[in-house]
Amino acid sequence: MKPRFKDVSSVRSGLKKENYLADDGIAGVVYLADRLGKPVLIEGPAGTGKTQLAKSVAEMTGARLIRLQCYEGLDESKALYEWNYKKQLLRIQADKTSDSWSEVHDDIFSEEFLLTRPLLEAITSEEPVVLLIDEVDRVEVETEALLLEILSEYQVSIPELGTITAKQIPLVFLTSNNTRELSEALKRRCLYLHVDYPDLEREKEIVLNKVPDISENLADQIARIVRSIRQLDLKKAPSVSETLDWARTLMLLGIETIDEKEAKETLHILLKYQTDIAKAAKELSVTK
Amino acid sequence: MPVLDLMSGFIVELRSAGLPVSLTENLDAMEAVKVIPIEDRDAFKYALGATLVKNNAHWRVFETIFEVYFSLRGPEYEINQEGQPDDFWREMQEQADQVKGQGEGKGSGGGMDSLTPEEIAAMLMRALMSGDQAMMRALAKQSVQRFAGMEPGRPVGGTYYLYRTLRNLDLDNMLQKLMDANREMSKQELSSLEERLEKDEFQSRIEQFKQEVESEIRRRLVADRGAEAMAKTLRKPLPEDVEFMHASRDEMQSLKKALYPLTRKLAARLARKRRHGRKGPLDFRNTVRHSLSYGGVPADPKFRYPRPAKPELMVVADISGSVAAFARFTLMFVYAIQHQFSKVRSFVFIDGIDEVTKYFKATEDIGEAINKVNTEADVVWVDGHSDYGHAFEVFFERYGKDINSKTTILLLGDARNNYHAAQSWVVKEMRKRARHVYWLNPEPKSYWNTGDSIVGEYGAHTDGVFECRNLRQLEGFVENLA
Repeated sequence: MKPRFKDVSSVRSGLKKENYLADDGIAGVVYLADRLGKPVLIEGPAGTGKTQLAKSVAEMTGARLIRLQCYEGLDESKALYEWNYKKQLLRIQADKTSDSWSEVHDDIFSEEFLLTRPLLEAITSEEPVVLLIDEVDRVEVETEALLLEILSEYQVSIPELGTITAKQIPLVFLTSNNTRELSEALKRRCLYLHVDYPDLEREKEIVLNKVPDISENLADQIARIVRSIRQLDLKKAPSVSETLDWARTLMLLGIETIDEKEAKETLHILLKYQTDIAKAAKELSVTK
Repeated sequence: MPVLDLMSGFIVELRSAGLPVSLTENLDAMEAVKVIPIEDRDAFKYALGATLVKNNAHWRVFETIFEVYFSLRGPEYEINQEGQPDDFWREMQEQADQVKGQGEGKGSGGGMDSLTPEEIAAMLMRALMSGDQAMMRALAKQSVQRFAGMEPGRPVGGTYYLYRTLRNLDLDNMLQKLMDANREMSKQELSSLEERLEKDEFQSRIEQFKQEVESEIRRRLVADRGAEAMAKTLRKPLPEDVEFMHASRDEMQSLKKALYPLTRKLAARLARKRRHGRKGPLDFRNTVRHSLSYGGVPADPKFRYPRPAKPELMVVADISGSVAAFARFTLMFVYAIQHQFSKVRSFVFIDGIDEVTKYFKATEDIGEAINKVNTEADVVWVDGHSDYGHAFEVFFERYGKDINSKTTILLLGDARNNYHAAQSWVVKEMRKRARHVYWLNPEPKSYWNTGDSIVGEYGAHTDGVFECRNLRQLEGFVENLA
């Protein structure tokens, strides 16, 4: 199979075109995922662009994005495939007279009666796809096992039909908010990428990129204030998406340079806990 | 092939540092190395990280080992031989000479040795002021060469060289100096917000410089002693394996950081366990209701799920010097998952005992509450040396009536009683009334019952004594508890 990317820097510039600013780690792992044909497990705090990375890669490669949102109670009929019982029933009733049972039996377990769910769809698709398995930490440990076959072999075994192998190897991204430890078996099959809060420069660039018409000066100030806030011992540090919300709010309010008063008044956009807001407000006004 | 040899040594070292690297991951890493050239050191590092490290808490350890093993690869990481300053340094030298020349008339021009430590410090300050990365890197290299006093074969650890280098540069006062200079330079008065931001900026630059110095020292040590020997001396325990009783300040910080994700995970796991317990008896009403959609056939039987009562917890912790850190962490841990218990009450003692539940109720911030416990709780009775016997007696007298069949009591401490009376009957009484009594001991098992430790005497009356030296053990215990 032909590799999708030429080298690491082409991944990086490609993502930049899609308005996603990747650092060395992110671009490197995406490149490696393509070369080694392995899924990527992305972990990190909420709101740091984990899901967005998969979307941007899909856009960059012109592939279709197939998304499986995980939740507690997800099972194979929602994730892999399901037999279309109603249609099967109709088929049996439609020609009660003519066919022998064995013919009907073979017939109703054919692909026509199969409802594909995201995972099966991703590997049967003819055109290139990016498969996003979102918040994989929400499913139970037992359900994780469902994913193992597709992640390592890119195939799905259906007892009645046999094994369906991928026509092309999709790029697979799994995201996790780290609410529980994922199983060793799953981790072993994936490349691991930890997406953390961006550093000062990158955050500033993200703000400049995503918020139209923002001045360089304001973006710089925002990035620096957010960095200072993240250093505090908070319940929930501000995420990148919250930084962007804050930047947009400041733009709407027509603020050019942030002073203490305005910072304090708009803190509730960055922080979602009262104790955190109080702490940050106190810290920002005291020098030492 | 030298890369392969390096890789196998590298992976052995990762494993001995405690990282779980499986055979498939090892093979993946080898695959990855094929497509990423070793010359691109950053990409190479991330490629190895993505294939070998599957837990972010292990990243620091990985990074250190990576640096030791691969720091000598790649042209830009070559070590400058002594007395062969690179171009950048020469350029800096000229600049410095010019500055000097203005004062003295003529620079001595005799190489870098002509610069006094003060002058180098001044140059560093300028570099930090302007945030000049390349300059900072070059200065880090040169200051190690000049001040660390490294000699081949000297059996001294990296921290000693680091200390020597930083002391010569007077880095401790650098932040203050930078702030002062900054204040002078700016024309108008800075608002406190701006000042705070400036301070954070300088702080991070200084931190960066420190790291440059550190890695330069490591690089030289590796050149002197070889990667294997170096990796061994640098080997640090993973955060979850750090012992409470011997944690350094840095380790304490990383422990604290590791604590919250851990408790969050544990809470999620426990909540799940509670919901997905075994099935109970048939729920007749519910089954009939659902049978309607199958034409009256009870095809989908429903069951009543038992809701196990959450335990009530009483934590009784020794907070005397030797085990204070352990008590602090256990309290933090317990309060971070307090929703998994119906009620948590906490008591701390040295030789007197005091209830501290109110400090945790008053604020949402557990860290603040712990600070209050340490400063405000009334725990000294006579001399401020642990007296478990007296503390337990008073505890039983005052709060004994609150212990009931739902209560689980956790006793924390090393049971080093300073040869006071044990009063172990109290523990026996507690166990009669409470659901469970457990003892958590932060000391290694081999130290138990040596010297003045009488954990065996108390332990005989409890439901179990557990060794709890690190976060991993603590987590395991709490999981079984709730």
